[in-house]
Amino acid sequence: MSIAATTARQVTLATGKSKDRTPVSLAFLVALWFSLFFGVVVLLALIINTAIDGSGRFDIELLTNYVSVVRPEATGFRAGILGSLWLMGFTALMAVPLGIAAALYLEEFADPTTRWNRFVEVNLQNLAAVPAIVYGLLAVAIMALLGFRDTGIVLGGALALALLILPVIIITTREAVRAVPREIREGSLALGATVWQTTWRQTLPSAIPGIATGTILGLSRAIGEAAPLVVVGLAGSLLFDPEGVMSSVTALPMQIYSLTSNSREALREAASAAIIVLLAMVLGLNALAIFIRNKFQRSW
Amino acid sequence: MKRTSTRWAAASGATVLALTLAACGGGDAGSASGSEGSGASGSVAVDGSSTVFPMSVAAQELLNEENPGVQVTVGESGTGGGFERFCVGETDVSDASRPIEEDEVAVCEENGIEYTELQVATDALTVAVHPDLAVDCLTTEQLVELVGPNSEVTNWSDLDPSFPDQEISFFFPGTDSGTYDYMANDVVGDESEVLRDDVESSEDDNVLVQGVGGTDGAVGFFGYTYYEENQDTLKALSIDDGNGCVEPSAETAQAGEYTPLARPLFIYVANTEYAENEAVAAYVDFYIENLADIAEIGQFIPLSDELYSETQSALESLGS
Repeated sequence: MSIAATTARQVTLATGKSKDRTPVSLAFLVALWFSLFFGVVVLLALIINTAIDGSGRFDIELLTNYVSVVRPEATGFRAGILGSLWLMGFTALMAVPLGIAAALYLEEFADPTTRWNRFVEVNLQNLAAVPAIVYGLLAVAIMALLGFRDTGIVLGGALALALLILPVIIITTREAVRAVPREIREGSLALGATVWQTTWRQTLPSAIPGIATGTILGLSRAIGEAAPLVVVGLAGSLLFDPEGVMSSVTALPMQIYSLTSNSREALREAASAAIIVLLAMVLGLNALAIFIRNKFQRSW
Repeated sequence: MKRTSTRWAAASGATVLALTLAACGGGDAGSASGSEGSGASGSVAVDGSSTVFPMSVAAQELLNEENPGVQVTVGESGTGGGFERFCVGETDVSDASRPIEEDEVAVCEENGIEYTELQVATDALTVAVHPDLAVDCLTTEQLVELVGPNSEVTNWSDLDPSFPDQEISFFFPGTDSGTYDYMANDVVGDESEVLRDDVESSEDDNVLVQGVGGTDGAVGFFGYTYYEENQDTLKALSIDDGNGCVEPSAETAQAGEYTPLARPLFIYVANTEYAENEAVAAYVDFYIENLADIAEIGQFIPLSDELYSETQSALESLGS
């Protein structure tokens, strides 16, 4: 793959040099640069604008206090930050084992030619594109079937988010497993290992960097979601820390959503500061994914 | 080069995350020591009107300062959405900006939910104009014509030939405020749920007061309590809803005469939950006990002594 990329570049450089100066290709180049520039500028403007709006509130109270309407200037997002962390933990606990197991089955054991498996594959690809709010409805339905009256608890929220990122985890895990060279499996089988032993001791460990990257990217998507959590019925205002899987909970994006439209200036300012906190959490997760990929990635 | 920059990004990102987590963790120590408060413990689920939401949140917050053992969750699904959950037993207390409707009563009865209605405050809007403007009273129709989304009125004489020939400037609260929602949804009642948009708009009520008080022919609206504090620079319009012109005042609002710009706000309490769950009892008792402070935080008109004693006696009969 890397050879192909290098060759393509050399060809362009060698043969395309004179053509690069034609007005059409220059215009195209400018258009490409503009597209790139536009995206980055919009993102930067958004972040800087939000940071300026919330600049008065980058203090420790923002992280340690609860939301306060009595003292809006000391509002904090403790319940939301801790709630989001609890939700992430249980989301990972539900989605990761299930997602990896499903991916391993589809990649290593299932017969891709049967009608049933093709049906599952098509559905998986489509599931990744289903709007987040639909997973919220699905989670409410499942919770109702399980007999829960109050769905706005850690379990309900984590269920919605786990359903949301399950397709992402399955797809990235399959790609990671597929990238493990055939020779490793064949070598293991040739030495007398069973298919299960090969999968568990050779294929899966080799695919772990890819799986971890995909999982973390999935989680960083889940942490920013508010829509499915609104549907599940997480509380808008809550002044205590989550204590367990059955505890009522709120999440940072939900608190931001509720406070950005508040009529009190101080609460809107705090919401802007909280957006930066949420961005930092998402960027942190993404950075962790990049770190793991760079640190542990092997090439065969 | 590229490798170094991604590494750097990873390292700084991970540091930020670590700091965030550490800061959250550091806060835990504070809550552990705070749980020594006396009295009831348990959980209370509140949902309903987004208008009453600030009051129920204020009650939650003030109660938690005294007694962190009571864990209250407050949602804002709207009055109808709140009753939907309340009448199947999902919530203990329902916030409402109107009395419960018949079909909702039916659902409650079906599920055996008995409840008690407690009025907690009065919500009122005041339409104010520049003090020199020779307009004193508007009918409800004229008000809707003046502020509605399809309004063509730009001069006071457009509204009524007897009004002065004076260009109108509009000062409206921001679209996020409950005041705007009340005017748009409950008074004007247009499907679009908006008001005319050729107006000066501000979330800061001071800007509105200065605008209306300092511009000839200006009109604006805000919560009654805000007008009360700025009576010297503004003139309030009386509203004729079919029964003659009614001045805005705490009395007319509470007496139900100042329609459609005033409405009572309620909380509905599930009787069994109040009797059996000490946390629900503690929350509701605290709410009613401190009603004046809570109404003030919510920027509503506190109940008159008479209405307050009615609410108190309703609560007492609930407890017995």
